[in-house]
Amino acid sequence: MTKTAEKAVEEKLMKDHPLEPYLRMDRIPHIWCPTCGIGTVVSCFIQAVIETATDVDKLCIVSGIGCTARVPGYLKMDSYHTTHGRSIAFATGLKLANPELEVVVISGDGDLIAIGGNHFIHAARRNLDIKVICVNNFIYGMTGGQVAPTTPLTANCSTTPYGNSETPFSLPYLAASCGATYVARWTSLHIRRMTRAFNEVLRKRGFSFVEVIAPCSTLYARRNKLGTGLSLLKYYHDNSEIAHGHDVKDLDIGYQEKIKVGKFIDEDKPTHIDRANVWHTKVFGDRYNWYGPKPPGMEEAK
Amino acid sequence: MTGNHYLDGDYAAAEGCLAAGCRFSAGYPITPSTEVFERLTQRFPLCGGFYIQMEDELGSMAAIIGGSWAGKKSVTITSGPGFSLMMENLGLAVMHEAPCVVVNVQRGGPSTGLPTMVGQADMMQAKWGSHGDYEIIALAPSSPQECFDYAIKCFNLAEKWRTPVLLMMDECVGHMTEKVVIPPADEIEVEERPYTKKKPGEYLPYEVGESGQDLVPDFAKAGDGYRYHVTGLTHDARGYPVMTAECQDETIKRLINKIKLNADEIIEIEEEQTKGAQVVVVSYGISYRVAQPAVDRARAEGIKVGQMRLITVWPFPEKRITELAKKIKAYVVPEINLGQVALEVERCAGGHAKTIPVTHAGGWVHEVDDVYAAIKEAAK
Repeated sequence: MTKTAEKAVEEKLMKDHPLEPYLRMDRIPHIWCPTCGIGTVVSCFIQAVIETATDVDKLCIVSGIGCTARVPGYLKMDSYHTTHGRSIAFATGLKLANPELEVVVISGDGDLIAIGGNHFIHAARRNLDIKVICVNNFIYGMTGGQVAPTTPLTANCSTTPYGNSETPFSLPYLAASCGATYVARWTSLHIRRMTRAFNEVLRKRGFSFVEVIAPCSTLYARRNKLGTGLSLLKYYHDNSEIAHGHDVKDLDIGYQEKIKVGKFIDEDKPTHIDRANVWHTKVFGDRYNWYGPKPPGMEEAK
Repeated sequence: MTGNHYLDGDYAAAEGCLAAGCRFSAGYPITPSTEVFERLTQRFPLCGGFYIQMEDELGSMAAIIGGSWAGKKSVTITSGPGFSLMMENLGLAVMHEAPCVVVNVQRGGPSTGLPTMVGQADMMQAKWGSHGDYEIIALAPSSPQECFDYAIKCFNLAEKWRTPVLLMMDECVGHMTEKVVIPPADEIEVEERPYTKKKPGEYLPYEVGESGQDLVPDFAKAGDGYRYHVTGLTHDARGYPVMTAECQDETIKRLINKIKLNADEIIEIEEEQTKGAQVVVVSYGISYRVAQPAVDRARAEGIKVGQMRLITVWPFPEKRITELAKKIKAYVVPEINLGQVALEVERCAGGHAKTIPVTHAGGWVHEVDDVYAAIKEAAK
């Protein structure tokens, strides 16, 4: 292709990009570093919104603070950038005050699991009908590469300059043991599989959790001399092993070791609001009005 | 619930929330405020509301901001230690301009302090507790009836000015049981949220006019197709983050000015015999009622004592305090802390009149004699 032809294609792509209606184009370019793993999560999520024909007017995206927490700012949907660690608590209020909303939390590992860990475990325990996508890059990116509760043992961070000696969390194990009804892990280069997982969570009713392993090119890759973000992106993908339904107790991630990915949990349980509705109906009978939409199969029931 | 009731302040506050149209609450148990949330949990299921007992107060405050964006009038209830945790997201509510109400039934502090006993020592925290510059609205009821009345007023102010509003009760008022009259629903003045009339595409979440009430942007709730963005970062009219000193200046000054420039409309104070007074007792909450017999005794002895009761404590009625200071000898300020609102009175008196704080570290109300002695001294 000649240079002019290439430019024409690029311009056309920019103009008629299929994801453009879902993005705030007036905020592009975004703040993420080249070869950061967050970008594919955004495009896969939008793809899933299109494929599931989710009503975008009812779709709310909530985040806390950090690199991944900037995602809602680029999505052309009702989007809420809140405080560090409180995205799930904020999402709890949004969902419970209007159960017709589809509430999705997209945030990072530090935000959701360190400072926000308490809200995470309780939202899973209650089976709140919210969807949580956690981009795990093993490090605090925005503040300059500090150790996270997900950092693999021995990895170098700005606050573990001699290597990390703290045991990390296994996020799928944590989510599953707290009662999540959907738990999956993919890497940010598993484009089709990640998109399918997002499809599934958007159709799911209940606390759903997807962990996406993503490279932090500027801090994690550089500090640990792991090459460029692109090489790390490929490394995670090529060193992952698909293990659907694998025992959640055996999903730890070692430093530059094999990563087990796949869908580990997919089950149906009454949501927090369903349980309250069923119980109050039992207690109050006809005096009680069902709160929010009825679960599938109950629409006609009195 | 229309009719005459015998209720404590905590229950009355909960009834006030309901009467104001509040239908979402996220709370966390803490003495002496728990009964407010308990009452809501009893009442919500049969009046279309929904509540959640959160894992902590950080989450409770965050959840009511979410509830507010979802379109429900939302409240959380707490006391000192929980109020401290709520300061984080109180700042978010200010920055998001999310209307909501926080009830603080004050007890003795700092730290765990006196969980079951009265205090009024969170008054400065109410004003300054979250980081950064902002203005807040805070009301202080003196009776169970006022817990009901001012809970409604808090919601009305929150909706009108798009801001968190604090109902600063105290343990005495919260646990005191008195007659509470709940008027018929159609006689209760309730402010509804001014939702935008603009179409999606034309609407910007933080677009405002030039002055006064125009400083409050139109509201759009989640799920109405506006597809807006809001953030705790400093932002422009689109709600987009803008990291410049100019945007900071514009945004923060507007947030402050929407309350400051409308202070006359927001502030409610009650004055009694301040005309021709030598001494004016400035008080709020339970301390107003404790001051009353001391004022009566001084008056019986011929001392000209006026009373000013702060119903709105923040924004502070600085204009009126300054004006009166020029006509009187001294202010007497009884409060159950070691001198908080007294500092504001002293500042606004600007040297025109003395300010005599009547302090109390908390755990009980003042002795009437102490307030009386301060009035006597002030009149000298």
